[in-house]
Amino acid sequence: MTEIIVVTSGKGGVGKTTTSASLATGLAMAGKKVAVIDFDVGLRNLDLIMGCERRVVYDFINVVHGEATLKQALIKDKRNETLFVLAASQTRDKDALTQEGVEKVLDELAKEGFDFVVCDSPAGIEKGAHLAMYFADHAVVVVNPEVSSVRDSDRILGLLASKTRHAERGDTTVKQHLLLTRYNPVRVEAGEMLSVKDVEDILGISVVGVIPESENVLAASNSGEPVILREDSFAGQAYKDTVARILGEERPLRFTEVEKKSFLKRVFGG
Amino acid sequence: MGILDFLRRKPEPSAGVAKERLRIIVAQERSTRGGPDYLPLLRNELLEVIRKYVNVDVEAVMINLERDSGHEVLELSVALPDIKPAAP
Repeated sequence: MTEIIVVTSGKGGVGKTTTSASLATGLAMAGKKVAVIDFDVGLRNLDLIMGCERRVVYDFINVVHGEATLKQALIKDKRNETLFVLAASQTRDKDALTQEGVEKVLDELAKEGFDFVVCDSPAGIEKGAHLAMYFADHAVVVVNPEVSSVRDSDRILGLLASKTRHAERGDTTVKQHLLLTRYNPVRVEAGEMLSVKDVEDILGISVVGVIPESENVLAASNSGEPVILREDSFAGQAYKDTVARILGEERPLRFTEVEKKSFLKRVFGG
Repeated sequence: MGILDFLRRKPEPSAGVAKERLRIIVAQERSTRGGPDYLPLLRNELLEVIRKYVNVDVEAVMINLERDSGHEVLELSVALPDIKPAAP
């Protein structure tokens, strides 16, 4: 059975695309057959983060409109045999994406034997965001420890509970996973930033992962390779843990406490 | 406060304020969530009608939508001001 995961947040710039890229890559590395779809029609970006921007020939809208087959539009990842990217269209037509069109593509992916489809949602709560979450079985809600992001994510959690196919049918609920990104333990300890517990208390759900703020995230997107591939970076390792938890494994949270520097490190740096 | 403290001054710890503000706004938004969009409008119009007859406060009209198994109850409560003795 194909599981559909939406990566969403409400607020822009919190790390949805970074998360989609790393989540999809992580699932593929775990041996799953994965498609990751950019739902941000008009503002395509997932291709850049995945490093396949020069190989986009056909896009999501082309498939919806029957101008290309799914096989033609799926871009095979250069690092993982079982990972495919479906780019967003750069058209300015906001109505290019329809519920029937999205359903058709998702059904076809299911027939092709995909284990997971990761839907990278645009920011906001408009049509694109609605369609990205509508068919989801799981939702990864990306949140920064910051007031506007936390408030927006609560709004998104409300929409997931009411405006999805599962909610409308009343069969099951969309499984919600809260992912806290751009976390800075030093600032949390200084009382300048909301802590993991603060965010969990306010939203009433526990986190599936905490991604520390890291220069590696920018470096990874600069070079077009998902940060999860940087095994030496804390952010990459935290994404690996998160993927494992989504697959049902239990792993303790890491990188949420201030690293105690040794005397030598303090003197010589590092 | 010493000179060195001044040089090393850090931003105020403000996470507590953020948490408190979020707790309140999230609770408030959750309580109105899922209700029909016309509720705020209905509330304002009711307030206008009531004010034609009684001088009530903006906060005096409370509208609540409750869902019970299968049916919805629209609860309306108007707090009337204390009755003052009529002028002679």
